[in-house]
Amino acid sequence: MKKYTFTESKDTRSGFGAGLLEAGKQNENVVALCADLVGSLKMDAFIKEFPERFFQIGIAEANMMGIAAGLTIGGKIPFTGTFAEFSTARVYDQVRQSIAYSHKNVKICASHAGLTLGEDGATHQTLEDIGLMKMLPGMVVINPCDFNQTKAATIAIAQYEGPVYLRFGRPVVPNFTPADQTFEIGKAVLLNEGKDVTIIATGHLVWEAIQAGEELERLGIDAEIINIHTIKPLDEEAILASVKKTGCVVTAEEHNRLGGLGDSVAQVLAKNWPAPQEYVAVDDTFGESGTPAQLMDKYGLNASSIVAAVQKVISRKK
Amino acid sequence: MSVDINKLEQTATQVRRDIVRMVHGCQSGHPGGSLGCTDYFVALYFHAMKHDPAFKLNGEGEDLFFLSNGHISPVFYSTLARAGYFPVEELATFRKINSRLQGHPTTHEGLPGIRIASGSLGQGLSAAIGAAQAKKLNKDTNLVYVLMGDGELQEGQVWEAAMYAPHNKVDNLIAAVDYNGAQIDGATEQVLSLGNLRAKWEAFGWDVMEVEKGNDMASVVAGIEEAKSRTGKGKPVIILLHTEMGSGVDFMMGTHKWHGVAPNDEQLTIALNQLPVTLGDY
Repeated sequence: MKKYTFTESKDTRSGFGAGLLEAGKQNENVVALCADLVGSLKMDAFIKEFPERFFQIGIAEANMMGIAAGLTIGGKIPFTGTFAEFSTARVYDQVRQSIAYSHKNVKICASHAGLTLGEDGATHQTLEDIGLMKMLPGMVVINPCDFNQTKAATIAIAQYEGPVYLRFGRPVVPNFTPADQTFEIGKAVLLNEGKDVTIIATGHLVWEAIQAGEELERLGIDAEIINIHTIKPLDEEAILASVKKTGCVVTAEEHNRLGGLGDSVAQVLAKNWPAPQEYVAVDDTFGESGTPAQLMDKYGLNASSIVAAVQKVISRKK
Repeated sequence: MSVDINKLEQTATQVRRDIVRMVHGCQSGHPGGSLGCTDYFVALYFHAMKHDPAFKLNGEGEDLFFLSNGHISPVFYSTLARAGYFPVEELATFRKINSRLQGHPTTHEGLPGIRIASGSLGQGLSAAIGAAQAKKLNKDTNLVYVLMGDGELQEGQVWEAAMYAPHNKVDNLIAAVDYNGAQIDGATEQVLSLGNLRAKWEAFGWDVMEVEKGNDMASVVAGIEEAKSRTGKGKPVIILLHTEMGSGVDFMMGTHKWHGVAPNDEQLTIALNQLPVTLGDY
């Protein structure tokens, strides 16, 4: 098992804030919008640097999506900022008609995704957003795993023409990917080569997958670990190459089992190379209040859940 | 600027012919609101707006128009075709398979003249505000127009946008409400009353004006000119455009029943007899 280390833990939303500032410096057409959550989205640095390119919308997310769509017509590259719940479910029709169907170059940047939002509870803990957004034709869906990768993704999507959903979170997590990485939309990152099982993880579950890989090594299981930061378009080639080698797969995500990364992987396998699959995901339920660690433990979204899923899926191999 | 009102009226008559023929041709679509807004569309595209039929989506250096109540697509399509955005013959494909003239306007099939999809109501004002703010960032002094239905004002997003535009001094924007008092299920006063519409928009901080005769070309032209003169003064401008649903076809007027119903063959003949050919049918 390849060794991964980190010197500090940081929140992915701060990676977004840093990336937004950098994207703004690189391209004067980059503008930002926020629905009264500037501090939570870490947009302060961008606003300080480019006050005339920032639009405070107020608590009006539907209007924010429409204004963002309109700004693209004049050649702007709008980055909208609010919580994931309010970036998707609350404004689904606006995103669908004014952005996706109209193919507008809007970057929908969504913080506090999933259970790790924590104490605010289920009203704010979206576990459906990946599914909602990946169903929209033409929408790119990205869920990076740490600060550095979120920063790189934010810079990369500014250079991509078309609608993007960028999902990140609230808590600090180990910052282990390289600071100088180039982010390639739709390209899986192979974290560890192995032969017994493929673990495909996204977002906060990527570090948990690495932890699981170390535990599995102690148990004599050689896990291949893939970081899928882009859920759509999905790197089918990387997935198939790995599963053809290992013969089984565990998917891991901070999302409902229905509609998430696991579903996308299952569809690729069903069409091309049927193989046993286990899901580390929320089992079709809402979340609740608690600390992020408590919630990830209670809902089975951590390294030990991945280890258990690996053992189960290996036992299903023919 | 001298205005040939008679010529604009002739164009409007042809657009009305196009509308009833289009909805008859596919036996679906929304003739009522289309006929009611015909004079406004013709006044915009054949007089008031600076625009180029050699369509560029970014609309740099031009006035822009957004249709929020996308179901009145027949009047939008006919106006665009008659203004030279695409061949008038293409109007015959309205709502048919493989057409660029979808039931509701969209950029998806690349129809020149359309800058964003609309149809699901309440979204056009927000998009127009965004386009207007982009013009300001780009130091483009041209204007942005948006038309909404009055029933559409029942959508909450409209009022999010209504609150935003005055706060941000989006004064390069002219909104209009097709104030015909009717929606699918009946009179707006019965379905969900709009109350004192002028007072509502004024309370939100808009410069509100009314065009009482929204189907009289001279009044519409004068109203739009007046609205233009009020731009650039720190407030967004809105025109309450009093129209009659079905205007120009007697049996479609005075009722909400022709909101989204197509005429049969006999009704088409009666309607066309009231709308003489002026520019030639498609």
